[in-house]
Amino acid sequence: MSAAHETHETGFAETLVKHDLKLHRDRTSALQVNVGLLCNLACRHCHLEAGPKRDEVMGRETMDEVVAAARRFRFEVIDVTGGAPELVPDIDYLVRALAPLTSRLMLRCNLGGLDLARRRELLELFRAVRPVLVVSLPATNPSQTDALRGGGAWASTLDTLRELNAIGYGREGTSLELNLVANPAGAFLPPAQGAAEKRYRTDLSRKYGISFTSLYTFANVPLGRYRDFLTRSGNLEQYLATLADGFNPCTVAGLMCRSQLSVDWEGRLYDCDFNLAAGLPHGGEVTYLRGLAELPAPGTPIPVGDHCYACTVGSGFT
Amino acid sequence: METYYNPQDLGKFGEIGKDAPELAKKFFDYYGSVFAEGELSEREKALIALAVAHTVQCPYCIDAYTRGCLEKGASLGEMTEALHVVTAIRGGASLVHGVQMRKIAEQLSL
Repeated sequence: MSAAHETHETGFAETLVKHDLKLHRDRTSALQVNVGLLCNLACRHCHLEAGPKRDEVMGRETMDEVVAAARRFRFEVIDVTGGAPELVPDIDYLVRALAPLTSRLMLRCNLGGLDLARRRELLELFRAVRPVLVVSLPATNPSQTDALRGGGAWASTLDTLRELNAIGYGREGTSLELNLVANPAGAFLPPAQGAAEKRYRTDLSRKYGISFTSLYTFANVPLGRYRDFLTRSGNLEQYLATLADGFNPCTVAGLMCRSQLSVDWEGRLYDCDFNLAAGLPHGGEVTYLRGLAELPAPGTPIPVGDHCYACTVGSGFT
Repeated sequence: METYYNPQDLGKFGEIGKDAPELAKKFFDYYGSVFAEGELSEREKALIALAVAHTVQCPYCIDAYTRGCLEKGASLGEMTEALHVVTAIRGGASLVHGVQMRKIAEQLSL
């Protein structure tokens, strides 16, 4: 109950102008690869509305285009996301091909809903290729985790984390990085990252013997299934106002969309995964990775929408 | 006025400074400092505030600190336990006065 706040209904583009800021691309150093919307979960905060009934997945031909681009442009970071990438039929092929082409290969996964043989196969793959793994865990309690990710997600995620710990991921003395991502389980902002990481580390270690490398807290982006929840629950207006009120101009310079390209399962290019969800292509019109002769020039404008406020609130989403 | 308590009024708290700006500034500065991370974490302070909000039964404070606790990463389990602490102390405060009752009754009785 702090001092009064004014409700802002200003669009993100206008807010940038008001602060004399421009959202333009910097040097491109990262490639985010969205391999599709198929997922074993149907998280209530998912901006892409991924789920078990989605059939959009990246095929071998597009994967080869991604690998060719990685070879040509030598991205410092390649971040493979979905959906649940582990459900994409040729994901092992893509991961093995990308690993030698970048110094940091990240893979977001949850390993839920897989049979034992497939889990073992993937663990073998991780041991061989050593990607940075990113696992979503919205809370250190079952009720909030299952509320966001669906019944059974808490138990399944804990099993996954234990298995990853067992092969050295997230353990001290190994270089196998296991990072957690926490999104709020509702229409409110996330806790400060440092304090949350400290608490996760204590809680998970003390209660479950689980360790991890780093925790990242991110605000939910008002798109897709999360926007539907906000609308249905009557929270949309207040949530958007909270994001806009918390606009931090200092975050703009470090936004990830300035330094990464995002490619979807069909090879279409975006500046970030949220613009992918919002249907705002890189450069303002649909272009494909296969046609990319050069990386985007620094200074190229980035299309924006009001969902961008989620990346500029508080400490930001970099 | 349909109700004394309107949720939108919470956002107008700052207007209290209109006719006494210096006092309001001192209060809000102090308020901000109190809730900053210190020996207690912001999360712990939010849980205390939630408990006190229920003690003083202030709808504005309950609204603000339910949200505040969630935003600081508190779970519903922690928040509910905080309310039981309030309940125990409030109930205990009544019950412990039974000592007075017993003393007086003892003095009056044969």
